[in-house]
Amino acid sequence: MQKYDIELINISKSFGIVKANSEISLSIAPGEIHALLGENGSGKSTLMNILSGIYTPDEGIIKLDGSEVKFNSPSDSIAAGIGMVHQHFKLVDVMSATENILIGLPGGLFIKPKKATREIQAVADKYGLKIDLSKKVYEMSVSEKQTVEIMKVLYRGARILILDEPTAVLTPQEIVSLFGILRNMKASGCSIIIITHKLNEVMEISDRVTVLHKGRSIKTLVTSETDMTELTTLMVGKPISLEIKRTDAAAELIKPLLEVSDLTVLNADKREVLDNMSFTLSSGEILGVAGIAGSGQKELCETIAGLQRAASGDIIYKGQSIIKMNPRDIIKKGITMSFIPEDRLGMGLVGGMSVIDNVILKKVQMQKGIIVDRKAGKKAAERMIERFGINTPSTHTIVRKLSGGNIQKVLLGREIEMNPELLITAYPVRGLDIGASYNIYDILNEQKSKGVGILFIGEDLDVLLGLCDRIMVIHSGKNMGIVDAKSTTKEKLGLMMLGQRPDDMAS
Amino acid sequence: MFRIVKRQDMSSRYSTLLRIGSIFAALIFTALIIILLGYNPLQVYAKIVEGSLFSKFRITQTIHKMIPLITLSLGCAVAFKMKFWNIGAEGQFYLGALGATYIALNYGSLPPYILLPIMFVAGFICGALWALIAALLRTAFGASETLVTLMLNYIATNIIMYLQYGPWKDPEARGFAKIARFSPNAWLPTIFGVQSGWIITLILVVLIYFMFAKTRLGYQIQVIGENTQTASYAGMNVNKILIIAVILSGGICGIAGMMQASGVEHSLTYELSAGLGFTAVITAWLARLDPLNIVIVSTLFSVLLQGGTYIQTALQVPSSIAGIIQGVILFFVLASDFFVNYKIIRVKKETPDAAVSFDEGK
Ligand SMILES: Nc1ncnc2c1ncn2[C@@H]1O[C@H](COP(=O)(O)OP(=O)(O)OP(=O)(O)O)[C@@H](O)[C@H]1O
Ligand SMILES: [Mg+2]
Repeated sequence: MQKYDIELINISKSFGIVKANSEISLSIAPGEIHALLGENGSGKSTLMNILSGIYTPDEGIIKLDGSEVKFNSPSDSIAAGIGMVHQHFKLVDVMSATENILIGLPGGLFIKPKKATREIQAVADKYGLKIDLSKKVYEMSVSEKQTVEIMKVLYRGARILILDEPTAVLTPQEIVSLFGILRNMKASGCSIIIITHKLNEVMEISDRVTVLHKGRSIKTLVTSETDMTELTTLMVGKPISLEIKRTDAAAELIKPLLEVSDLTVLNADKREVLDNMSFTLSSGEILGVAGIAGSGQKELCETIAGLQRAASGDIIYKGQSIIKMNPRDIIKKGITMSFIPEDRLGMGLVGGMSVIDNVILKKVQMQKGIIVDRKAGKKAAERMIERFGINTPSTHTIVRKLSGGNIQKVLLGREIEMNPELLITAYPVRGLDIGASYNIYDILNEQKSKGVGILFIGEDLDVLLGLCDRIMVIHSGKNMGIVDAKSTTKEKLGLMMLGQRPDDMAS
Repeated sequence: MFRIVKRQDMSSRYSTLLRIGSIFAALIFTALIIILLGYNPLQVYAKIVEGSLFSKFRITQTIHKMIPLITLSLGCAVAFKMKFWNIGAEGQFYLGALGATYIALNYGSLPPYILLPIMFVAGFICGALWALIAALLRTAFGASETLVTLMLNYIATNIIMYLQYGPWKDPEARGFAKIARFSPNAWLPTIFGVQSGWIITLILVVLIYFMFAKTRLGYQIQVIGENTQTASYAGMNVNKILIIAVILSGGICGIAGMMQASGVEHSLTYELSAGLGFTAVITAWLARLDPLNIVIVSTLFSVLLQGGTYIQTALQVPSSIAGIIQGVILFFVLASDFFVNYKIIRVKKETPDAAVSFDEGK
């Protein structure tokens, strides 16, 4: 009989009327990388939160090396050698990597820093993690922060690592290096559970994969004996096509919409985060933006949306300059611009309010009279839930209680239902399951053929190539060039993302 | 070994039960203190109820505390909803009373139906302006409104004291430092034996409830309280809405001051508020900023305050027992909040001593 490190047996967990997990069983072998796959809201995070001691299951037992254990808190599960890296990091910004790793340990920050640093470095070297231990968290990129989170877990001696959508926020290069680390860990006997929505990652990294559907475990498969089609079918419950279509808008709809010229934006340290950037976007067009995370994507979106001030340059929307306008002015001018920012709960949504109250957020600014029209809001919310397949117990549910992907859909739904002329969207499918992602691509195409101009900040090059008309590549705030998506290649985009200009390359 | 652990999955029914339970726990705990002090707790509690409710006069007295307390709590709640920590209800109360008094003393011959509305407006404006100082300092320089409003309280009482002993001292009071009594035209009429301010207070309760449940402004205030970034993203003018809310908050507190001066004292003294402006911060908070809860909590606290003065004369028990009960209730409710978010578990010996662990989890 196979010996398992961990066995979850018949785990059930409900939140009020929502059955997040029902009778799920899952076992993890030593030295195994096990992928968890399932649609948004299928209960993946909940199950892993149970395993890491954050939630207690209503029913079912957890066995560790064959004997039953009860986790009352995350420290219990850490003590048992299980560590989880959440999708939303929990680091202290003003502290260094070392301090963040030590905090919360018995003795905590009083441990001798030199000795601790040496020990941490030793662990990092063992698994091949690259980490600057003295760097402060607020100076770190997302992937560095993730490395600190992983270090934190490893330093506590975890031999079972849980990663909740770790690749959602990483660039392709960073994913490669993360997978390298995971393989090293596996080689030294650790087990890893990884949640991801990207099937190619499942195929690449995992040994076995378990598919969840609506809170139930559908099947556990050996990865090498399955394929993407089988996995999607199991996950969604029916076969779906994994092809991105590119539609074309009627020629008469294509008109100049947005013109950005010589745009320069400075950050708080007076450094150029956008450096003399110029480009145009027509209606009925999807302009992709590719670039390593932190190359100025956020600043570009926010400056167009009126949330950041430019140092110089101009933004012309249908002939009028909007560079000096804030979101309020933009709305007042009758410009219908939708913006889907990257950090949804930080900007865009109000986590503590209901779905309805989030749906009406922008309408309230435009409506006449002093009474908030929640009746219309409820209708709009119901329509949106239907159209985008949002999984929520009701329209009154607090948004923060939805699953990661469903939170995302609330924002996306609201912005698209506004029927904008210009749609700015940063990583719209981040955290969405396959079905939902393809649904979003379809919707973007549908918007485009209606004449909407779309600025699509993307990360997956295949998606950018398949969906966009043109792709602008940015590198440290500079426009490296705009290429035709139909004729360019991934390799070319990759080089441009690293700072080469297309005309410098031998074609 | 016990350990504190963060909870993630508290049901709302359980948390309501916990809160109600905590009030009972507070009463039991105070009973123990009363026993230690050598009195009979049942008798003390009975007398508190008796002293606040068992005669027409006492009920009137209780209501005279309830009216300002509810009004002040409402004022606090409006600011608290947007996480503007206005703890200056006391100062705004006095400034409102001051504005109304100025009108009453100088235009006392106007007929009541003209004079009283002007006094209301003066009370609102003065209270609002006093709160506005803190709002402007915050929007312009990022000054902490908590500190500013707190300090403005002391300035306000000192202004009143100065007026009472100086320029506004009534020459006909035979040497007593008193501000003159208002002419009867400036008295709020009584209805059913109590000052008619309760009508205004009830209207305010309904209005504020309505504002938060239904109106744009109420919605915007709540969005800003939750997430300023999202508010500006949605096109809200955050500073403008903040200032409007603070004006409302201070103005409502000012009206409380006006009503107390005009309806109860018929004059102004530097003890007019009896500290209710500070109590209101607590009641607003205990009521979770909900207008209907504010009515309930303020009523309970008024009974305690009024009963507290009564037990002093009836049982020779120090009235500070009422203060103790208030403090203990606050403490217990805050503690119950803690238990909504955390649980304490027993750990068996073999689990390693991983100490307090609320840095884990979210
Ligand atoms: N704290 C909570 N309170 C109420 N409901 C919750 C809570 N956490 C999760 N849920 C509900 O449980 C269900 C499963 O959520 P979970 O977060 O486990 O999904 P998931 O598989 O991780 O989805 P995603 O891919 O979108 O992250 C969802 O319907 C969600 O709304
Ligand atoms: Mg999740």
